[in-house]
Amino acid sequence: MAELLVPDKSIVVPGEEVAAGMDFLPTEGIYRDGEKLVASRLGLLVVDGRLVKLIPLSGKYLPKRGDVIVGKVIDVAISGWRIDINSAYTAMLSMKEATAEFIARGADLTRYFTFGDYIVTKIVNVTSQNLVDITMKGPGLRKLSEGMIVTVAPNKVPRIIGKQGSMVSMIKDATGCKIIVGQNGVVWLQGEPEQELLAVTTLRKIESESHISGLTDRIKAFLDEEMKKLQAGK
Amino acid sequence: MGYDKRIDGRRPDELRPIVAKAGVIKRADGSAMFKIGNTVAYAAVYGPRDLFPRFLQDPQRGTLRCRYNMMPFSGAGDRVKPGGSRRSKEISMVTEKALLPVLNLEDFPNAVVDVFIELPQTDAGTRCAGICAAAIALADAGLSMKDLVSSVSVGKVGDMIAIDLDYAEESYEGVDVADIPLAFIPRTGQITLLQMDGLIDRDSLKKALEMGRKACLQIYGIQKKALKDRFASAAAVNGNGNSDGSGDKNE
Repeated sequence: MAELLVPDKSIVVPGEEVAAGMDFLPTEGIYRDGEKLVASRLGLLVVDGRLVKLIPLSGKYLPKRGDVIVGKVIDVAISGWRIDINSAYTAMLSMKEATAEFIARGADLTRYFTFGDYIVTKIVNVTSQNLVDITMKGPGLRKLSEGMIVTVAPNKVPRIIGKQGSMVSMIKDATGCKIIVGQNGVVWLQGEPEQELLAVTTLRKIESESHISGLTDRIKAFLDEEMKKLQAGK
Repeated sequence: MGYDKRIDGRRPDELRPIVAKAGVIKRADGSAMFKIGNTVAYAAVYGPRDLFPRFLQDPQRGTLRCRYNMMPFSGAGDRVKPGGSRRSKEISMVTEKALLPVLNLEDFPNAVVDVFIELPQTDAGTRCAGICAAAIALADAGLSMKDLVSSVSVGKVGDMIAIDLDYAEESYEGVDVADIPLAFIPRTGQITLLQMDGLIDRDSLKKALEMGRKACLQIYGIQKKALKDRFASAAAVNGNGNSDGSGDKNE
């Protein structure tokens, strides 16, 4: 009765019927229309027992509570800062969440964060109207100075980080750069110029090859070789 | 002087050759090229993003904004005056209405999705090519959609009912010509665009719509393929690492 209409792990497009029968349950990116399950996004189909879901291959970052992200200050308001988080919406950092210091009424807020500053921050709440509240209170949350910012596709972030952060630690170890990967696809890195450049190239490589198996080994080999070249050049 | 054989030798129910490609504009969030005969449409999607001025925002759902533009030397005839015109404004509006039924914009209140359709070369059927390109581009942008939208023009030249008229047919002199652009949601068969230029009788219209529906299914196949080809290599292999997308936080 219940059957899959397309093979597991195949690419589906919006409107494509992926399964028939009531035994399958639609989850993320899939909707039910009568007896049929239909894809509602462009993505990779994953069947997990009775659950059918879709891993998106493109799309903007959707803010989620608890995500650690990298954002940019775009406006200084009366009682806080507006932060661009590389999403459809901007986030609000309130004075209370920004610092433990006492800020007098009418103080100049640009003393703390000013236009163009990049910060590592954490999402505390997302409302139904997609108003995003963020905080600076937590380990590792801070203002970023020096270094460079690159933007990657938000849906590749899990690959860049790797299992338990294995991938990003590997790049850190090999290049000696400090790297912070925001869940929103904004990456901050700091190190020697050549090594920064190598780290960026590596990120781009992961981004474009993330779907081909054996990624970790390939990236490791690539990093070893490139570092050897750098050392030889010196 | 009748019209019993098509100028370019096609069968009445034959489409012009179609080429479709997704992801052609790097800086856009989603993009596509759709070429049908000598008509070429590019669509670029930006967003969802903040919508200003604020009074245009809709707190219930996201807004779709389309812009249709024919480039100055795109046609075979006179130079098109650059910038908007009455015609382009109307087509922008019908494009928007043709695409809106398939989009799920409820997740993006107060935001806007911008669709820019540019036509560097035209030979009739531009709004249809634009809609086809825009549908691919919207899917490429990762938006949640019920289905794609496929579009083609049908018509009647003299006594011949035909699909996908080109400019020479559309402006054929000496006989009555009806030109009917339409758009379908292929899965459900619902019509999202139906306009007409000229005169046609009821029976011919029915027949023309049926031919259009078949042609749209053909176009749908091409649109689907364009999207799949963009990520073709991803299908051959499965994910490495945590495929559930959760990902561990670094540090």
